[in-house]
Order: sequence, then structure tokens, then C-alpha cells
Amino acid sequence: MILMAETLTDIEFLFPKEPGMDDLGQIPGEEPFSESAIAYLDALAKILNKDPRTKNYPDVITFSFFCRKGNLLQLKKKYLHENCLRLGRGLVFHIAPSNMPVTFAYSLVFGIISGNANIVKVPSKKYAQADIIINAISGLSKERRHKIFSKRNALVSYNADSNATSLFSSICDVRVIWGGNATIDEIRQYKLPPHSFDVTFADRYSLCVINADKFNSERSPEQLAAGFYNDTYLFDQNACSSPHLIAWLGVDENVEIAQRKFWNTVYDIVKSKYILQPQSAVDKLTTFYYQAVHLHGIKKTFTPDNLIWRIELKDLSKDIDLYRSYGGYFSEYKATSLKELSSVFSKKFQTLSYFGFEKEELIQFITKLKPVGIDRIIPIGQTANFSLTHDGFNLIDTLSREIELL
Amino acid sequence: MNITELPDIQPYSLRKAEKEKLLDSTLTSLSRHHYAHCAPYRKMMDGIGFDPQKDYHYSDLMFLPVKLFGGMELCSVPKEEIIRTLMSSGTSGQARSLIFLDRETASNQTKILTRIMSSFIGTKRAPIIILDSDSIIKDRKLLSANAAAISGFSLFGSTRMFALNEQMELNTDLLVSFIEQHANEQILLFGFTFKVYRHFYKELIKAGIKPDLSGAVLIHGGGWKKMENESVSSEEFNEKLNDVCGIRRVHNYYGMVEQTGSIFMECEYGHLHTSVYSDIIVRRTHDFSQADTGEVGIIQVLSILPKSYPGHALLTEDKGILLGEDDCPCNRYGKYFRVTGRIEHAEIRGCSDTYGGNIN
Repeated sequence: MILMAETLTDIEFLFPKEPGMDDLGQIPGEEPFSESAIAYLDALAKILNKDPRTKNYPDVITFSFFCRKGNLLQLKKKYLHENCLRLGRGLVFHIAPSNMPVTFAYSLVFGIISGNANIVKVPSKKYAQADIIINAISGLSKERRHKIFSKRNALVSYNADSNATSLFSSICDVRVIWGGNATIDEIRQYKLPPHSFDVTFADRYSLCVINADKFNSERSPEQLAAGFYNDTYLFDQNACSSPHLIAWLGVDENVEIAQRKFWNTVYDIVKSKYILQPQSAVDKLTTFYYQAVHLHGIKKTFTPDNLIWRIELKDLSKDIDLYRSYGGYFSEYKATSLKELSSVFSKKFQTLSYFGFEKEELIQFITKLKPVGIDRIIPIGQTANFSLTHDGFNLIDTLSREIELL
Repeated sequence: MNITELPDIQPYSLRKAEKEKLLDSTLTSLSRHHYAHCAPYRKMMDGIGFDPQKDYHYSDLMFLPVKLFGGMELCSVPKEEIIRTLMSSGTSGQARSLIFLDRETASNQTKILTRIMSSFIGTKRAPIIILDSDSIIKDRKLLSANAAAISGFSLFGSTRMFALNEQMELNTDLLVSFIEQHANEQILLFGFTFKVYRHFYKELIKAGIKPDLSGAVLIHGGGWKKMENESVSSEEFNEKLNDVCGIRRVHNYYGMVEQTGSIFMECEYGHLHTSVYSDIIVRRTHDFSQADTGEVGIIQVLSILPKSYPGHALLTEDKGILLGEDDCPCNRYGKYFRVTGRIEHAEIRGCSDTYGGNIN
């Protein structure tokens, strides 16, 4: 299928400016981690590093680090199977989340590195980060050796009433839908070709588990608290990986000491960095009262102001994920074991961030208890990092096809 | 004190110290009453740390966000005693609030509204023009907030006329003949701010009619949100109306369905006033502490009326400024303030497109 000029009038092409994407539906896949793709992304990282604006955006810095040759070669080692023939599936259509400034770029890179051509719907909200990245991609298109990537990738923006979603869905081999659930429901109304499929990242709920016995002997609680800030407040505690439930394990008196120390340290950082919006303060209060009506015996723990709301749970309930807010609202529970916690997990649970657990313990937790949900077990401070495995999908394997050769 | 009896006090007659004494005892009694009779309210108060034995200063009493009334049914009397349910108009994306009234609370709302209004327009009933359509007040049992306001203000009318038809068109013939018929009386007009502007003022301009309403009083309320596109200030609003019909006495009011009756009336100096039956506290986002005079914050409203539902202390989603207390040049005692708008819709980062939206 050819994208006819007249069907594209309500689509804004952010890159390339002149859509020359003939025969998009027929584009052959490339090998994952091809040399040319790695060279292209490494060149992209270099341009981003040179842009003086980059240093103001930690998320752009992290993204550019992800694109560096060194990182990609490491990932290649981890994700490429030996003696296995793989090619990208063809054309991947990505619908990026509207509230995250750089997720669209990661999605594009996942598509490129797995050997695909890509159409990426960029959030219609204007972000400086998106500007910087799109600018870098446009700059690269002028270099002859990377020209092919301008032909194989497009960044677009369009309004809800456009027929673009229907059009792109009808020609793609994989559709990647970043949530929330309402977006997924809506996008799924548009048909895919028979061989194609969706990769969906639905709304998720995340929790954090801290071993108080270990925490109390931690030498740099400030560093841990800074990591916790990045997991939560940096994204208004509204990223899928941001914890809403903080579970404490350990001896009673240790838990009390650890809680005080942990929250005091977090508070200092929040106070110096975070701007609380009036709506957020009102919503925290509203959520609390709603939670108090439905969950028996909860108590608000005293905090000096509205920056951090701590809710002490008496019991763990299966619907704990319903009682969440954003911008610093944490339900806390003193658990006896990981097993006890896992009894309330559901498919909605995504990231379990942790402190004070051995890897072996966590492996046992998965293999012995086989919890429902939980796709990521990540140290505190790293939950927002992107990896090629997301929500349980190995994206290289998912976005490429294996060719059987006997 | 017995909260079933309304204090027999003129609406703007108490200074700070006396008013605080009245509110401390009345509002604390109301908190205890709802704690005893509304199970969900009791759970909320237990969670936040309310002590029913303690004597609170009313500014320390726990307040409920108005949004909560859209998420659950909060009622402090047996269901069979409810004679009327009020329903908020519900801003986009939010559940409509339901407010349950028993006979006593409904009647107290009327009494207090009457006292407040009488102090502005006198006790004599006057012919009233409702700048709306009568189609709005059909269901008596389940009243929309707008219908409740129209019914409430209609009480001051000796005869009532609806100036708009069902298509929201101004019936100019009817209007002109009603005004002529009552030429020797003080006419009262009531309407919602944006409807007054759009369906009365603009229509009169369009029709080129200038009725003589120089002796009339206009009461309008319901908020300025829908007026944003018109970019008309409160002063300009009054001037324009004066131009088109000679009206000099225009009073805006601030009120909400969750606290019907104890409305905040605008005086001759353009200040909204608390009466002895109500109060406002402007609160800071940071810790909900009280803002200073002149400092913008989130408006908390208090009313001694809500007995059949726990709505006596509410946190609104409006921003405002306290201008002063007991010293308005209009000589009314009590706090006076200005509403500056709605709190901004939070621009929230994150991959989830549903946030704060678990109340439904």
C-alpha cells in the first residue's frame, strides 16, 4: 500500500518533513543489531551530546546514553541468540504516551534496533525534550550514510479526529500501544492486517519493598532516598513503575527506625526539588478519605505538610491498587514476608522495586511463589530506566521474526 | 448548643470574636453529629485523626473536598427522612454530587437564604424576573443545583416570570409588558452569570431594546467559568448591564449546591461577604495552613446549615483571596473576599492517562 498524499493532509510530519514513504507496507526487515543501525544510533547519541540544551534534561542524557555504541553492543550480546536467523517484522506503528516526553524516542529505537521501519505518533503536547531529539534525527538525515533511516522512519503528530490511526494500523506488522487502558481500548477499534499483532503497555501498579534491618545499617541513605525520588516525584509518581505501596520487612523496632529515617531523608529532597500543585494536594486529601471509607482501619501518619502523604494500612487488601493518588501519596504496610505481599498481587502489578534483598532471594520468590503480575524487580532508583525487556516482552524477539532453517 | 435551632442573629452583625465563638461550638457540634450519624464520614474522621471528645477551633476541623460528594453518597439521616436530593451540574469528567436534604435542613436553607437576601433587598416581596427557562425546574424530588437556586430565589417574588423560552431565547414582548405592569414596584431579577450575559444582555443589544430597570435589583451567581470566552470583568459586566437597562444594583453571589442557603453575597463595593452562618478560610497548597490576608489560596467554605449531610466544612476547587474582616466600607461585619478562579488542572507527567480518577 502506498500512502497517498491526499490521505495525509491532516497529519503533521515532524520527520521527515517531506513524506516519501512509498510502499511502506512492503518494507523488508533488517537483521536486529545491524551494524548500520548501531552506527546510526551512535551518531544520534553524539549529536544529542553536542546540543547545549541536552544538559538541562536528565531524560535526554539517559536516552543518548542508551543509544551509544558501547551500550548497544552490550545489549546485542545479551539479546542476540547464536545460530538463529532473525529479521525485523517490517513496519512497526508506535503510539507513544502523551505525558512522557521521551518514551516515543525509546519506542523508535526499539523498533530500529530490532530491524524495523517505524511510524511513531509523537505526543501532541509540546516537550523541549522531544524537540531536541527530533532536531537531532533531522540533522542526521543529511548525512548520506544514514540516509536509509530517513526512508524507513517517520515521526508524526495528528489530532484525534484524523484517520491516520486507521491508516497506519492497516499497513503495520506490529502496533505498539503505550497506555493507558483507555487509549488501548480506543486504538484496538482499528483493524490490523491478519498477520499483525499489538504489543500493549497497559496501566500498571507498582510497589517498593524495603528490608528495614538492612536499611538501618545503610551508609548512604541519602543516595537511596535520591533514587526513590527519581522513581516517584520525578514523574509526579505517575509513571507505571512509580511505587504507590511501600512495604516494610524486618523486626518491628527496626521498621519504626527505618521508616523515620527513610521518610525524613526523602522529605529533605522533595522539599528542595518538588513543586506541589494545588490540584494534587486536593486530590491526595480526596483519595485518602475515599480510601478510609473502603479500607478498614487506615490511618494518616503525621507529616509536616502535603508534600508526602503516608497512609498506614492495617491489612493488605486485594484492591489496594484502586487507592492511589499521585504527586507523593504512599500506602505503607509492615509485612511479614514477600509471600504475604504476593497474596494481593494481580496482573496489574508491574515493578517491584527493592532495597536490602539478595538476588537469590528474589529469584526464589519468583520461582517458588510464582506471583501473579510483577514483570520487573528493580533496585530502588532504577525503576524509570528503559530496557529492551518491557512489561514482560523481550522487545527484540517480539519485534522480529525467527526464520526456521533446517 | 442545640444545632437544630438557628441562631437568631442578623446576618452581618457579629464581629470576629463573637462569630468565632458561635462557629466553634456550632461547627464542632456538626462534626460530632455527622461522626455519630454518617458511617463513611466516621471512617474518614477516624483515619485523619478527629477526636469527637475534643473542643475544636472551627478552623482546625477537618474539611472534606467537594469532589468527594461525587464519589459516594454521604448522608447523616435515615433515607426515609430525605425529602429532596440536590444534584450538582457536574463539571466535565466529574461525577455529579448528590446532596441529601431532610425537612429540617431544607427549611433552614430557606430561612437563612431569606435572612441574607432580606438584608440586601428588604423583606417586601417583589415581582421577580427569572432570566432562565422554566423547563429547568420540572423535577421537584431530584433538583439540579440550578433549579434549586431558581426555586430558592423565587421565594422573594410576589409574581414570577421566566424570561427565556425552552430554546433559551429572550421573550422580549413578555419582558417589556411585565416591566410596564410593575412600573411602580421594585423589580427583582435573578439569573446565572453567563446566561444573564449571553441570553439577556446580548439579546437586548441585538434586539435594540432598552427596558427601564433603573429601580430594579439583579442577583446573579453560578461562577465566571463559562464567561471566560467573553473576557468580561465583573465591573464591565455591571457597566454593560447598566448601559442596556439602566440597572444600578447588581449583586453577584458565590455559593455551591453543597452549601445551599448560606451564600456569599457581593456588597456595593464588589466584595463577597461571609455571613454569621458561614465562613471561608483561604488555605495554602503546601500544608493547608491559613493563608494571610491578600494571599491567593484554595477556598474552604463553612456553613452551619448542613445537618442531613456532612457538608459543613468543605474544601472547594476554587482559588481566592481574603480581603479583610469586619472592616468593609459597606459596614457589614465578617470576612470579605474575592474568588480568583478555579485551581489549575494539574499538568501531570507519567505514563498513565488515568490519575486521581479513582473516585467514580
